[in-house]
Amino acid sequence: MVKTSVSLGNLVLDNPIIPASGTFGYGYEFAELYDINCLGSFSFKGTTREARFGNPTPRIAECTAGMINSVGLQNPGVDKVISEELPKLKTCFSKPVIANVCGFSPDEYAYVAERLSEEEQVGLLEVNISCPNVHAGGVNFGSSPESAAEITRRVKAVSKKPVYIKLSPNVTDIAEIAKACEAAGADGLTLINTLLGMRIDLRRRKPVIANKIGGFSGDAIFPVALRAVYQVYEAVSIPLIGMGGVSSAEQVIEMMLAGARAVEVGAANLVNPYASRDIVAALPAVMEKYGIQNLEDIIGGAHG
Amino acid sequence: MQQSFFTVDENKKIAKDVYKMMLLGDTSAITAAGQFVNIKLDGAFLRRPISVCDRTDGVLTIVYKVVGGGTEKMSAYEKGTRLDILTGLGNGYDTSLSGDAPLLLGGGVGVPPLYLLCKELIKEGKKPSVVLGFNTKDEVFYKEEFEALGVSVTVTTVDGSQGVRGFVTNALPERYTYFYTCGPEPMLRAVCAATTTEGQLSFEERMGCGFGACMGCSCKTLTGNKRICKEGPVMKKGEILW
Repeated sequence: MVKTSVSLGNLVLDNPIIPASGTFGYGYEFAELYDINCLGSFSFKGTTREARFGNPTPRIAECTAGMINSVGLQNPGVDKVISEELPKLKTCFSKPVIANVCGFSPDEYAYVAERLSEEEQVGLLEVNISCPNVHAGGVNFGSSPESAAEITRRVKAVSKKPVYIKLSPNVTDIAEIAKACEAAGADGLTLINTLLGMRIDLRRRKPVIANKIGGFSGDAIFPVALRAVYQVYEAVSIPLIGMGGVSSAEQVIEMMLAGARAVEVGAANLVNPYASRDIVAALPAVMEKYGIQNLEDIIGGAHG
Repeated sequence: MQQSFFTVDENKKIAKDVYKMMLLGDTSAITAAGQFVNIKLDGAFLRRPISVCDRTDGVLTIVYKVVGGGTEKMSAYEKGTRLDILTGLGNGYDTSLSGDAPLLLGGGVGVPPLYLLCKELIKEGKKPSVVLGFNTKDEVFYKEEFEALGVSVTVTTVDGSQGVRGFVTNALPERYTYFYTCGPEPMLRAVCAATTTEGQLSFEERMGCGFGACMGCSCKTLTGNKRICKEGPVMKKGEILW
């Protein structure tokens, strides 16, 4: 029997598979299809202080080996997430979940983080710092070490749960941002968020996406994500959750060899609603094939 | 929703850029006319959402228009090709509100879902009438299929090359109790303005998943935000925010 459980600080997951925020809703659509308790955890849809409709449509574009989305953080706001979504989520998922925290100001991040961290079901916070700072000309918080550290400190100061910062790949040196978050007290990091991309509709000669650009995800970004996890693992000593283009158990193991303790599965869930379950099911046989008895033993194994 | 494999039984061109595909497989998850299926295509990342034109036990019929690389690839699938399809997606039309003489208005590739709807309404003892709108006569399809159901069918073409010249709104019957429509958004707007009864409209949007997970196809309505793929694609006239 191989051992698939992994620890993220005090949180022990039965397996490292975590559907990524924004690709799994609050779990119910998937719970109609299978028992989602087979998953290690999942990261529910990003939450802001107020309800948001998000960006205008079209918000989705097909790409070679991937897709672009510009949903724009549509969510019902933290009050309704706590009063309506989490109680419903609890009926289909009994393990600790990951709360994805978004904001457009440091105060908003701190407010949403504090509220969600008080919820018993929430095992850890994943802070999406790829949001534009409305007070600084729309520059993403995640694009400089200083602003990434500021958000980390503000969230860390109020959170009752471990704080993982979700890093953007749209930066010159992701390791530098990672180090700044670690120094500011982050308990861990999740990476990578989507890559900025666009498509143009030849008939209309205009961008496909109403917001012009969006986040590119899916199979094509896996090598980029793996590289980022590898580099960040060398730069910091806090736990990493790797993600980006993962759709197989083999890729989960690659991510872990690069340094991830757990692995999120994103766009794959949208194409194959059973993707995360299938990866969980395939993992033990793939571990055996590669002579892995305990997943914890291989984390960062590709280094040195 | 259900994920299952279907086998292409027939895939033929029935009008300019329009193909009819019959697929053999488990259709049990399709519970209402106006629902759609989401088809995985080789070489494409996202599935392609296509409305259900007809369903019987074991046979799914879709009619689709070639608009891009994905649907072009679909048009080349031969008999025997196996396809991974999510079925039973979306809410579908509510036939309980139709009254005795519902009006069905289809525009172009919006015509197909009205075929199963028409069959269901007839089964419920109602007397639907049908208006099908196209740009030109080369694009006309399914007129005979609707006529074979025993309903009155009027075809309109924008250039007047077949049937009534103009739009579906130029051929509204004198009496109808309710309307059901599917077509391009300008047509849906015109239908809402021209009709005197309540009705239901089916909308299109670019989708990520097609089953409510990604929030890619959301729209605002008078009754709150809705996902075209989950709470839609069919909306009531009275709830639409144009």
